[in-house]
Amino acid sequence: MSERRPGTNYLNVSYGIRSWLFTVDHKRIALLYLGSVTLMFLLGTVFAGLVRLELLTPAGDLFSADSYNKIFTMHGIVMVFFFLIPGIPAVLGNFLIPMMVGARDLAFPRLNLLSWYLYTIGALFTLFNIVIGGVDTGWTFYTPYSSAWTTTNIVPVALGIFITGFSSILTGLNFIVTIHTMRAPGLTWFRLPLFVWAHYAMSIVVILGTPVIAITIVLLALERVFKLGFFDPALGGDPVLFQHFFWFYSHPAVYIMILPAMGVISEIIACFSRKRVFGYSFVAASSLAIALLGFLVWGHHMFVSGQSVFAGLVFSVLSFMVAIPSAVKVFNWTATLYKGSISFDTPMLYVFGFLGLFTIGGLTGLMLACLGIDVHVHDTYFIVAHFHYIMVGGTVMAYLGGLHFWWPKITGRMYPEWWGRLSALIVFVGFNLTFLPQFIVGYLGMPRRYHAYPDEFQVFNVMSSAGASILGVGYLIPLFYFAWSMRYGKKAPDNPFQATGLEWTTPSPPPTENFPVTPVVTEEAYAYEKMPIPAGGARAV
Amino acid sequence: MRSDLPLFPAQASTTAPHVDLLFLVVVALSIFFASLVVVLLLGFAVKYRRRAGDKPPAPIEGNHALEIAWMVIPLILAMGVFVWGAEVYFRLSRPPDDTLNVNVVGKRWMWKLQHPSGRREINELHVPVGTPVRLNMTSEDVIHSFFVPAFRIKADVLPGRYTTLWFEATRTGRYHLFCAEYCGTQHSGMTGWVEVMEPNAFQAWLSGAGSEVSMAAAGERRFNDLGCATCHSGTSGARGPNLDKLYGSEVKLEGGKTATADEAYLRESILFPAARVTAGYQPVMPTFRGLVNEEGILELIEYLKARAAAQETAPTGTPAVPTPPVPSAKKATVGSLP
Repeated sequence: MSERRPGTNYLNVSYGIRSWLFTVDHKRIALLYLGSVTLMFLLGTVFAGLVRLELLTPAGDLFSADSYNKIFTMHGIVMVFFFLIPGIPAVLGNFLIPMMVGARDLAFPRLNLLSWYLYTIGALFTLFNIVIGGVDTGWTFYTPYSSAWTTTNIVPVALGIFITGFSSILTGLNFIVTIHTMRAPGLTWFRLPLFVWAHYAMSIVVILGTPVIAITIVLLALERVFKLGFFDPALGGDPVLFQHFFWFYSHPAVYIMILPAMGVISEIIACFSRKRVFGYSFVAASSLAIALLGFLVWGHHMFVSGQSVFAGLVFSVLSFMVAIPSAVKVFNWTATLYKGSISFDTPMLYVFGFLGLFTIGGLTGLMLACLGIDVHVHDTYFIVAHFHYIMVGGTVMAYLGGLHFWWPKITGRMYPEWWGRLSALIVFVGFNLTFLPQFIVGYLGMPRRYHAYPDEFQVFNVMSSAGASILGVGYLIPLFYFAWSMRYGKKAPDNPFQATGLEWTTPSPPPTENFPVTPVVTEEAYAYEKMPIPAGGARAV
Repeated sequence: MRSDLPLFPAQASTTAPHVDLLFLVVVALSIFFASLVVVLLLGFAVKYRRRAGDKPPAPIEGNHALEIAWMVIPLILAMGVFVWGAEVYFRLSRPPDDTLNVNVVGKRWMWKLQHPSGRREINELHVPVGTPVRLNMTSEDVIHSFFVPAFRIKADVLPGRYTTLWFEATRTGRYHLFCAEYCGTQHSGMTGWVEVMEPNAFQAWLSGAGSEVSMAAAGERRFNDLGCATCHSGTSGARGPNLDKLYGSEVKLEGGKTATADEAYLRESILFPAARVTAGYQPVMPTFRGLVNEEGILELIEYLKARAAAQETAPTGTPAVPTPPVPSAKKATVGSLP
């Protein structure tokens, strides 16, 4: 690298489409991901809107049953595999982990670029499938429906997800190696920001879990094309075996989504209460505990599948155990606020939203871990509500909070604070209006994936659809002001929130090499007692 | 849109109050903990909100006693809920001995039900109030799930396997029956009703159609039509084992293992006869896959149940009564005579 001109940063160091498509700078790759992930989120949101529009009336009169089934399937596939799983790690993790550990880049910069290409190719495969007719199995692809009965495009979609899986694995691998080998002098494990711990735990889950879904998808495709008889009883296979394989990955996948979100929450809550995170080592250890225990609970998706009563007991008790490290985090975050100096900037509002929604999601998760209750609510809207509270209420709130928090660092511009707060409020209200009624209608017995439903469920569905339209507005507002701020936003100082962490010690936006001189770390993360309280902070628009 | 907005489903089975009580207690516990978190969050947020001229607050490292307390207390409560949930689950998964049995076949996109008397129904299930009913379920194509919200029961219905559900209805009336496992295009149309009737009305309904033959009798006719009797003649030296006392018994297999002759074993022996061959016999039986459908297999099983029941009651002189309850652990060994 040549001598750096003053005022040069990773954004303006070179221009042109090639300089982006062939970049190996983790920050630029994070922005490539930001673009693709945002597109997929918008697409998934459109599908969600269509689902809620259909469910306004009981009759199933807007789309044919076939179209409806394809719409909710695409909503699930796009949101889970192309937004929630890659979202925080690929955008914020990619951007921040090298900076947080004081490195110039990830350990394998070219592998990082490859992972974006794999993600994009996988996404294109899946989008191509929508154009040629879609798929109607639900994102869970349960056999033997998916392997022997549906006539839709299972194999191309499976291939898309398979390819994208490698993108996850490469990212996880890159994070683990980077965190192990590239920490700045003085940055011991227990000085790491909790964001890094959370991504470390997530990477373990990715590396151990993703190959299993990859193999499962290959088996599914083989059975479909060559009638090999893994899952179809007509061919001598076991239909429940697929569910074991599928959930062995897809339950831990929830932790792939939520662990990075938890990392974001720890950073923001410390900064906006000016406190070190209460019980740092417990919060760090609970990330690892969640990652490991998360692998032992997949069977709680199968309490009514005909598995043995004993298996049900084991999976139930283990599922209850996962609640403990999650509770530890919530209690520690709450205690972090104690005797703090709390400001209510946009990222912090998203954190409050996260804590409320994640708590509801977690507690209803206990109801599902409980055998006697799960039998009744399994495969109803109660489940739909629960996992949206965790995956959307948890992951998306943290993603938006994190995006606001690091936006000045990423773009060098401030977002408009008033609009930010408004969007956080609208998202929170819209979210609850959408999903709280689904708990009630679920316990009443409305099954999920119903295109038409009995009349008595309509009131709750109307409430839910109304809430969804508010939620949609809440998601669109940041899209507009983020785009606006990239050009017109106030120039950001290097550390607008007076936050601790190495990423705030470099210019905003950072130079390509992150740090002109490799930083030396001499104290723990979150030494907020040594930081001045920002005057005005982000509040000045 | 209905004006009487229900907030809670009807309680129409003996298990429903148990599930609801457990649910409401867990909801109460959840509301307590959620409120605790929210009150603390909002309380701290208001009390420690930033004021002009705030100095950086003093750091607090953490507190081990507190950490242990908020790990151990939720753990104890969680284990309590786990045990209670398991107790309710046992109740759901253990049918009483004396049940009225109904066979269920899920098929895209309808529920086909048949009573042992032979009475068939589609998307309707008539049952008497106050009587335990056991459903013996299988699927002809993909995975379905039999769900009656008012009874708080649900179980997947799998191709190639039998699953069971039981309930005892406590109130007459019509209750929704749903398919809860996504099964393709008309999944949301695979719904029906459970009609809970007074026992007298049920008996009248059951004998209403009149001309139907019982499942066991239909099974006997199939048994003969398919030529089963040629080999399973019951005589010593026959090519197939004697089936008189087969249902519910322990069968000695080639290779020294044993198997209980329950519904799953009988189904497998009809469709995949070479899978578990009775000791002392050659694996010469042809498969009946494609020759008999799921409903036919259920009829054949009813017939074999009736034969076993007739054998059991024969010494006391009573005539054959079809369908004994759940397979009992009788130790009779059949087919060991070559």
